[in-house]
Formats: sequence, structure tokens, C-alpha cells
Amino acid sequence: MSFEVPAEVETKVDQRITHYPVSKRSAVLPVIHELQHHFGFISEEAVEWIAVKLELEPIKVLEVVTFYPGIRQSAPGKFHIRVCRTLSCAMAGSAELMDALCETANIDRSGTDHHHPIAVSPDGKFSIEFAECLASCGTGPVCLVNDDFHEAVPNAAELLAKYD
Amino acid sequence: MSEVKPDLIDVQINGEWHSFPKGTRMIEACKEVGVEVPHYCYHPKLTSPGNCRMCLVEMGMPPRPAPGSDPVEPDEDGHVPISWIPRPVIACANTIAPNMGIRTESEMTEECRKGVMELLLANHPLDCPICDQAGECSLQEFSVEHGKGESRFREQKVKKPKNVEIGPRIRLDDERCIMCSRCIRFMDEIADQPVLGFTDRGSHTTLTIHPGHELTSNYSLNTADLCPVGALTSNDFRFQMRVWFMKETKTIDVNCATGANITVFAREGKIYRVIPRQNNNVNSNWMPDSHRLNIHWINSEARLTDPLVRDEKSGNHRVATWNGAMQTSADALLKLDGSEIAVIGSARMTNEELLITNRLAKQLDAGHVDVVAREGEPDGYLISADRNPNSNGAKLILGLENPGSTIDQIREGIAQGRIKALVCLQENIIDDAGFSADELAKLDFFLTSYPLANATAEVADVVLPGACWAEKSGTMVNGTGRLQRLNKCIEGPGQTLEAWEIVRDLIQALGGGNGIYAATELFAQLAGEVPEFEGITFGQIGDLGLPLIETDERIPLLEREAERKAQGLIVG
Repeated sequence: MSFEVPAEVETKVDQRITHYPVSKRSAVLPVIHELQHHFGFISEEAVEWIAVKLELEPIKVLEVVTFYPGIRQSAPGKFHIRVCRTLSCAMAGSAELMDALCETANIDRSGTDHHHPIAVSPDGKFSIEFAECLASCGTGPVCLVNDDFHEAVPNAAELLAKYD
Repeated sequence: MSEVKPDLIDVQINGEWHSFPKGTRMIEACKEVGVEVPHYCYHPKLTSPGNCRMCLVEMGMPPRPAPGSDPVEPDEDGHVPISWIPRPVIACANTIAPNMGIRTESEMTEECRKGVMELLLANHPLDCPICDQAGECSLQEFSVEHGKGESRFREQKVKKPKNVEIGPRIRLDDERCIMCSRCIRFMDEIADQPVLGFTDRGSHTTLTIHPGHELTSNYSLNTADLCPVGALTSNDFRFQMRVWFMKETKTIDVNCATGANITVFAREGKIYRVIPRQNNNVNSNWMPDSHRLNIHWINSEARLTDPLVRDEKSGNHRVATWNGAMQTSADALLKLDGSEIAVIGSARMTNEELLITNRLAKQLDAGHVDVVAREGEPDGYLISADRNPNSNGAKLILGLENPGSTIDQIREGIAQGRIKALVCLQENIIDDAGFSADELAKLDFFLTSYPLANATAEVADVVLPGACWAEKSGTMVNGTGRLQRLNKCIEGPGQTLEAWEIVRDLIQALGGGNGIYAATELFAQLAGEVPEFEGITFGQIGDLGLPLIETDERIPLLEREAERKAQGLIVG
């Protein structure tokens, strides 16, 4: 499967680059965001594409991609869940929430580690990872499903049923 | 001509005042007066990112009195008391300022160094007993000087990739890496193959080569020299020899006319590695991989170890004594007229050897004298188009305008039977100069000296074991016209003699006695006979050589370095 950036995404990328007239290199993060927004993750091909676009060596793009946990290097599911595990949520039961979500969505997290934090369900519908503070410490445990924010999640099955 | 004096600035280092040119980095100022500032990431030939923090020092500036208060009176030398800044600064990327104070021995500085060392060692595997860098490792050295004896780190060390082949000649151990980024900057700024970088920055910062790439640059091994620890090691030298067992000899590279300054590491007659030696007029701090790895033939089985003379009856070579071989040669050569004799020398010979070769040619009244030319593609960095190390020496001493241009005439002369004897010194003319065995078979007498057995030796009547570059001393003139010293690193195998000794003995056998006992005596004679060398003594040349003649040749890498220095990117 060849890697192709649709014209409308490329237009957005080009527009982003114009914000950095002194050094194109500075546009690397906004461009990564545009591509991740479209593809869901930053593939090796995407790294090469960005490098060509910004006239950088690919390693300079990879350095940035690997720095931010928010930038994914593998494909997430249709719905990507991020469970907060920072102190308040941890005390409010984020580990239990994670387990319940995994069980409901049939996700196996045993293969994840520092470098590969995302686990995907076999049907590709859900993917999950821990996240650091999502800024709602009073209402833990909280999680994000794609861009939807859910506070004090009571029941994993109920939550996932909303996404189909 | 009076020298232009740069603006000098007074700086106090550890309580003593010194003057340095404006713009000097603090670390260089300290170095100049013999005060060592430990560092990892800083390298004068690379940009200074200031990321290792090892060079933190205490800094002070002239006091700035509050508005309305009295200005501080300078003392009789014009210095005002220094007000010390309560936090440290890095010495590598900061330049000096007037009346600045630097303390490298204060409590604060020592505290900083201890702290940095502790953090660097927290995740370091401490596998010095199996690490090639041990003995020349900055981390080891500074740990002894500035570290604690014991680690307070009780947690699990971070696991990172080990034994990664990042190129055909280089191997990476990421756990040993202290993230100084010298290799990244070298590949970026000098070798023009920017494929190294840090990924997973944070507690897992990992030096990586971009997926799908290899460190194929012909300068990749310089990264192993630059690496202050054992993270990058040379496949060729890995696990071969402990550095402290080897004898180091300063000499020059002979693989091209650049004549890169090198240090040869040898033990018990075997060369284990070659590393570049800094010479800002020749090779900066670098050298090509292809040149530094061209050493393994020196200790190979193919070396000639004894003089050989062809047995008339069997047609095979038999081992002879030096005297016997010389007598045989002299007898054969004396039967012929000078016009029937050709002498082929080598632009790989030292000036001293070329001088005595010239004398041999005169003694024989030889009709033809030349050397073999070696041309290649220049690489735009350090490798010259001329792959002979001493073509300029051959021009000056043998009086050749265009070395190698009459080799074809010698070939024709042999083919037509006009040339009946050939003395071929330190060259393999079948493989390197296009001669054929059939042509050479026509000669009445053919003498060759060379370090290795080869096709040319097979057809020769007398084969002499000549020392290679690492086994002799002398001088050479590089492409830019710089006179440099070649120093003997190891003894030649068996009965090997240096080419000047061979020629001296041959001249003696021919009846022209002389009393030369050392190559340095030949240099003294050179200084008397060849105008360009006039007034120069062997000792004057030193480790870094001296400019002898003007040539058009420029070294591209040095030109770029000068540009970057002028832009203030590097110290140079």
C-alpha cells in the first residue's frame, strides 16, 4: 500500500509551514499533528514525507516523533481510548477502569511497553493506552475516547456501547 | 611585517590573571594556561550544544554597583574585584569577557562535576572489563577524578539496544552512550551523512541511526575516535588489543598525497590500529576509513622476509644473503652500459630514499629514471587525486617534472630490447604500472624490492624484501607542499631492509663506497644538495611538519573548516 497524502491535507500542511518563515524545521510539530489527525498515526512513510516536505533529514523528524507520547507510531483502533493514570485518577481506580475496558473490548495489553504503549482489539475497533493527567482531577477516573472526554466513568461496557 | 594583535582581554583563572584574544571560549582559555576543564560534548571542530554539563565552572564578573553608590576602584593593574555568580555556567559555549573570573577548583565546581558524573554513571553499564574504550575513556578518567567511589543508584538500570551494527565498520552499544552527540554532529557537519540522532528523548534517550540507513560514509570510523566512551567501536579493532599494551608512534598516512597525520598503535611488531592525529594544516582531526584500515597486509603471510636470487639452473628463486644478492646484482649491472639500464623508484619512498636512488641512477649512469604515478578520484574531503604520498619529493629530488610520464617509454625500451636491465624499487610494476610478465622476461637483469611477494617479484632475477611505510623513518612532501616526518613504528619482518639501506648497499657493491648509517644523515645531505631543503634540519620538522614549497593543491575539508571557523560556529 503506497503512502499518499490527500491534496486537502497537503494544503493544510503547506499553510502551517507558512507560519514559520525563518526555519521550516520549526514546522515539524504542527505538520506531524496534521498527518496524525488524518492517518491516526505517524508511519515510517509519513516521517519520510515530512522530511522531504521540510527539507530535513528523516532522523530529525523521527527524533520529534519519538519524543512525544501523544504522537503514535502504530495504527490505533477506530476509537482510541486514553485512560488517565496520574495520581487522583489512579486513586479513584484508573487501573480497574483500564482492566474493565480491556476486558469489554477484548484487548490484550500484555505486549505493551514503554516504546509500544498502544494495544488494539483484534477487530481493530478499539485501542487503548494510559495517559498522564487529563486535567479533571476531581472527577476521576477519567478517560478520552477519540476527542470525547468522560469523567467518573462508572461502567466500561456502558461507555463502549456508545461507540459503534 | 608586524603581526596584527587581536584585542586582548584580561581574565582571572583560579586566582591568576591572564590575557586572551576576544572571543575565546572559557574552556579554551583555561586549556591555554594548563587548567583542565573536564568535558564530553565539547569538541573544538564541532558546534557546541552544551548538553553534557560536565564543563560547569564558577564564573564571576565585575561588580555592578547599584545606582547612586560609588563605582568600584580598579587596582594598579586595572582589575576590579570579581563578584561571583552563585550558579555555575558551562565553559564550552561561553566566551570570555573583560575582568571575568573563572574558578575550576572551587567547591561549587567540584560539586557540579560530582553531580553530573553521578547522573551519567547511574545508567552506565560499567562493563569496563569487556569494553574496548577502557584505558582511553573519558568517563573512566573523570570518574576517577571527579566521581564518587560508590553508586547510590539502587534502581534498575535502563535497558537499551546493544551490539547494533549501524554501519559496515561501526558498532553501537546504546547503554554505554552518555548522549554527548559528538557523533551526530560529526556526521551532520563534517561527513555530510546526517543519519544519526536521538530518539525516545527522556529517560530512554537512545542514539539511533534512521531506520533503513547505514553509516556508509568513508569517514564513519572518526565517530569511534570522537566517542568519549565505548558506545561506538570499530569492528576492525574491537576486542583485538587493550590500548595500554600498545606502543604509540606519531607518523603520517601514505595512502594519498594529503599525508594525514596519524598515530599508529602496535605491539610486538604488529599494528593493531591507526587513528588520526590533529594537524590543522593537513587533516584537521580526521582521516578516511579506507586509509586507516589499509594496514592488515603489513603483518600478512605474503611479506617477503629474505633476499631471493633466481637460480640459473632450476629457474626458481632461492634464499640468498644480502651480500650475495648485492654482488649478483652489481655483477649483472656492471656488464651493461648506463643507457641500457632503467631505474624505477617510487613516489611512496621517503625523500631520503629518493635522494639515494638518484645517486644510484647517477652511479649507473642510468638512461631512464622515473616513478610510478597513482591517480584516483579525489573525494572532496581529505583524499587527494594523487594516491602517492611523496610525488612532490620525487619532483624535487629526482628532478621529474611529471612523475610517471616516462614509464611508457621504459616499457617500450624493454619491449624493443634497448633497455636490458631494470632496477625497480618499492613498486609492483605488473599490477600497478601495466607491465606484463612477458615484457619483463626480455630483460637481461631485473631487480625488484617490495614488501610483498607479487607477480612482479615472480619474474625478477633478484627480489629484495623492502620495508613498508610503518617500518622506516624519513620525510615526505605532501600534496600541499608540506614537509612531514614518517616515523618507524615497528621492525620489518625477517631480513627486511629499508629501501635507502638497500640502495646504499647496492651502490657499495657497485664500487661507490659511502658511509651512511642513518636516514637522518641522508636528510642532512638533502638539505645541502636540493635547494628547497636548504637550511632545514631533521629535528626542525617536528610532529606537525613545516611548509616547504607552494603548490596549487588545497584540502577541501580544511577549506570548509576555515569557513565554519570564520562564521564562529566552531573554535577550530
